[in-house]
Amino acid sequence: MILGIDVGGTHTDAVLLDSRFDVVEWAKVLTNPDNLIDSFREAASRVLNGKNLTKLERIVLSTTMSTNAIVQNKVDRVGMILAGGPGLAPEALHVDGDTHFVSGYMSHRGIEAAAVDESEVLEAAGRLKASGIRHGGIVGKFSTRNPGLELKIGNLIEKDFDHLSFGHRMSGNLNYPRRIATTYLNAAIWSVYNRFVDNLLRFVGELGVTAPVYILKADGGTSEIRQSAKYPVGTILSGPAASIMGILSLTGGKEDAVALDIGGTTTDIALFADGVPLLEPFGVTIAGRRTLVRGLKTRSIGVGGDSRVRWEKGELRIGPEREGPARAFGGPFPTPTDAMIVLGLTAMGNREKALEAMAELAEEGKTSPGEMARIVYEKACEIISGAVRELLEEVNNKPVYTIHEILEGKIITPKVLFTVGGPAEAMAPRIGEHLGCPSRLPEHAMVANAVGAALARTTAEITLLADTEKKTLTIVEEGLQQDIPGRFSRDDALFICRERLLERALKMGAREADLVMEIIEDQVFNMVRGFYTTGKNIRIKAQIKPGLIARGQEGAP
Amino acid sequence: MKGKERKTGLVFFPAFDWAISSTHPEREERLLYTQDQVFEEGLLDLENIVEFKPGLATKADVDRVHICVPDVSHVTTESHMISAGGAITAAEKVLEGEVDNAFALVRPPGHHAMRVVHGARGFCNINIEAVMIEHIRRKYGHRRIAIVDTDCHHGDGTQDIFWHDPDTLFISLHQDGRTLYPGSGFPEEFGGPNALGTTLNIPLPPRTSEEGFLYVLDNLILPILDDFKPDLVINSAGQDNHYTDPITDMQFTAQGYARLNDRLSPHIAVLEGGYSVETALPYINVGIILAMAGLDYSHVREPDYDPERIRQSADITRYIEKLSEGIYGLWKRRDEEKSKLRRDGEFARRSRGIFYDTDHISEEQTELVRICDDCGGLITIDSRADHSTRIFAVVIPGRSCPACRKKGEEIYETRSRKDGPYDHIYLQDRDRDIYMTK
Repeated sequence: MILGIDVGGTHTDAVLLDSRFDVVEWAKVLTNPDNLIDSFREAASRVLNGKNLTKLERIVLSTTMSTNAIVQNKVDRVGMILAGGPGLAPEALHVDGDTHFVSGYMSHRGIEAAAVDESEVLEAAGRLKASGIRHGGIVGKFSTRNPGLELKIGNLIEKDFDHLSFGHRMSGNLNYPRRIATTYLNAAIWSVYNRFVDNLLRFVGELGVTAPVYILKADGGTSEIRQSAKYPVGTILSGPAASIMGILSLTGGKEDAVALDIGGTTTDIALFADGVPLLEPFGVTIAGRRTLVRGLKTRSIGVGGDSRVRWEKGELRIGPEREGPARAFGGPFPTPTDAMIVLGLTAMGNREKALEAMAELAEEGKTSPGEMARIVYEKACEIISGAVRELLEEVNNKPVYTIHEILEGKIITPKVLFTVGGPAEAMAPRIGEHLGCPSRLPEHAMVANAVGAALARTTAEITLLADTEKKTLTIVEEGLQQDIPGRFSRDDALFICRERLLERALKMGAREADLVMEIIEDQVFNMVRGFYTTGKNIRIKAQIKPGLIARGQEGAP
Repeated sequence: MKGKERKTGLVFFPAFDWAISSTHPEREERLLYTQDQVFEEGLLDLENIVEFKPGLATKADVDRVHICVPDVSHVTTESHMISAGGAITAAEKVLEGEVDNAFALVRPPGHHAMRVVHGARGFCNINIEAVMIEHIRRKYGHRRIAIVDTDCHHGDGTQDIFWHDPDTLFISLHQDGRTLYPGSGFPEEFGGPNALGTTLNIPLPPRTSEEGFLYVLDNLILPILDDFKPDLVINSAGQDNHYTDPITDMQFTAQGYARLNDRLSPHIAVLEGGYSVETALPYINVGIILAMAGLDYSHVREPDYDPERIRQSADITRYIEKLSEGIYGLWKRRDEEKSKLRRDGEFARRSRGIFYDTDHISEEQTELVRICDDCGGLITIDSRADHSTRIFAVVIPGRSCPACRKKGEEIYETRSRKDGPYDHIYLQDRDRDIYMTK
């Protein structure tokens, strides 16, 4: 059995799946925002009641914990020490008063272009310590190419802090401003997340459960929860990831598809390429901060069932505000939900009130309430399908850097539209018509997030860079730097990359059966200085892509 | 240092799977570290910088500019069509108003490709700026266009293509042709008889530094642009004037390039040469992108930047001052010079040998242009490459006058492959956008 729990902003859902991944129990309780462990406990106990806990294979959790801490700014102060060298003006970096810029930086080749000034670093650390800061972040430009400088700064100041987050451990991707934001967030939620994990594991222990506990990360993959505590920022946006993995698990699609989660306030759009959810190419954005956190690509638009509908300068506007529930449920303003009630697309709510709401709009629109309802419904469907088309266009026109990709690049053409959420049933067929593909409503959509969390596989990514002129190899996510011979080849690089990815994934709690490895970047550049080849620059990125765990393994010893 | 923020389009196409040969300067590695630096600085996340995927130039786009022998597909690869397509995409984003300016950071380059193309010269097959310019003229109707070529090598291909075009001002500043490929680009090269003055060459002495480049910009180029009043300014942004470039001998810097771009303020910049792939390009490109976007570039510099080490001598400063004065005088006298140049006869002749260093082809070319005050003038070209293909081409200019059109059509009609020595005969009617061969 697998227990999947989604601690969402409003509700906490739990599902219990049997070895065939069928939902045998489910529960939905209100989330207690002040004590998420309580919500977890209540939902878990409902589905586990009377079950043999020794049969539990794993527990997987998705939670808004990290996201909420960031959005509500319930985080620790972080002292940031940045070694960026020349380039973009420091004023262009979005940093706060606890940030100190120090000398020293790496070049794009990972060669130290200027050294660290120890006294400067110590002075900065002293000032941070004096102001009571216990959490530090150290970020260098191009530290992914050579973490030496960050590590040196770390050695100098580790005694002054409870915790230090290092930029190079956040991601193998380049982007110094994002590395700063990511490292900051990681350090800022470090304590709150670690406390959460401790409490959760204590509770699970008290239940008498020995099964491993996992958390769903932003990329739709799981990580053993103790491991995740080393890199808490990876667990932001766990909720939206659960929703996408939920749709995947409930439909098992293998084709290009669009997934819509149509809620009261917003509609979230996600895309699948051959059944695999798309990732953000550089990293996800949270609370306006662009990060290097690997995460699923979602687009949120301000149109939902409860969006306020009004006329503005002769134009009908839907959202982005939600001022309350639909009029039919006692809300203040007309909404798309009222329109759908008038059109008989849904039987819920007070039809009289809904009609009254449409009549109000119809007056200014010089039409009948019935016709007005049709216009509102059409418009809402059009806005959503327009946003889907826009996202598709953006993804399909993403810049690429090889002739091969320009001429042969994958174009996503959705074959099916999956929808979940309150207004999904009423709106999906029409949106499907707009997009030219059939719509489907998954079963158990009410608890899709919990099912998605339960069935997600462990994901991981590593970035290998070998420079045979410098004779060094770096896998920065692992903190690995080693010497290599000048004859080191692409095959050697691929071998090491696979081996290390496997180790990383197993450490994060992956099962052998789910290790679907994929090389996502594979480039070798001849390095020429003067007119002679002086080395090779080998760049490999490998991942275990987001997906579902393999069936038929459950219950195996 | 921070000016007004502008919305800047970036078309980045490093062609990571294309090279002339594995150790050639024009190889896969060329923009690798530029990509690294641009990504690491986070430039693509800035609100006012937008990246666009390059489109593909069409055969018609190329035929509008070049006479390709025997045809476009024989002298180009996909990479050239993407590179030219990238320049077109950059221009379209500006002209459609999606961005204020745009930078096509693409390869392979194009400014050594002349009107007739038998193969590659100076690493160039087709002239990506010229293809872009004629595409936008056709689509948006911009007439007066100025190209400022800041590559270290003379932009001889672009010069050749616009030699007779009075609506296109071509200014090339480069290392003196007596010391560098392609060996041309002297002030005396001043444009054809119908377009005298709209080609300007500024050969700078080796070891010219920031001071010299910016002096020429402020005291020569900007005043000339003020006089010419172009609708669009295009920068052929070669980056091989850098003090670390392996095949040139100048002392320019990333800061210098950024300042030059800031003051020139081109609508569109297109990458040309620049082969110091590791120690120059990453920094120059970050500088140019920030300058175009109106952002602070004052912190951009190379790790080994030392202004004292690369300062130009007082002799060079004096030489450049004198050179600028001379060229500005020539520009001011351009109309007098033009009337002096006009002698009797309907056509003016230009005969040249053209060497294709990249493909090892020698071409003999005789070009006739009809002396005309009403349009750029009808052109006929007789060209023979040493691999023994001989062609004849008739080029009717854009906005052609009735006389030049009539004459051109007549000549094309009467020529025939049967009774002549020609393997191919071409008609490029730039006014009606028609391209024919027989």
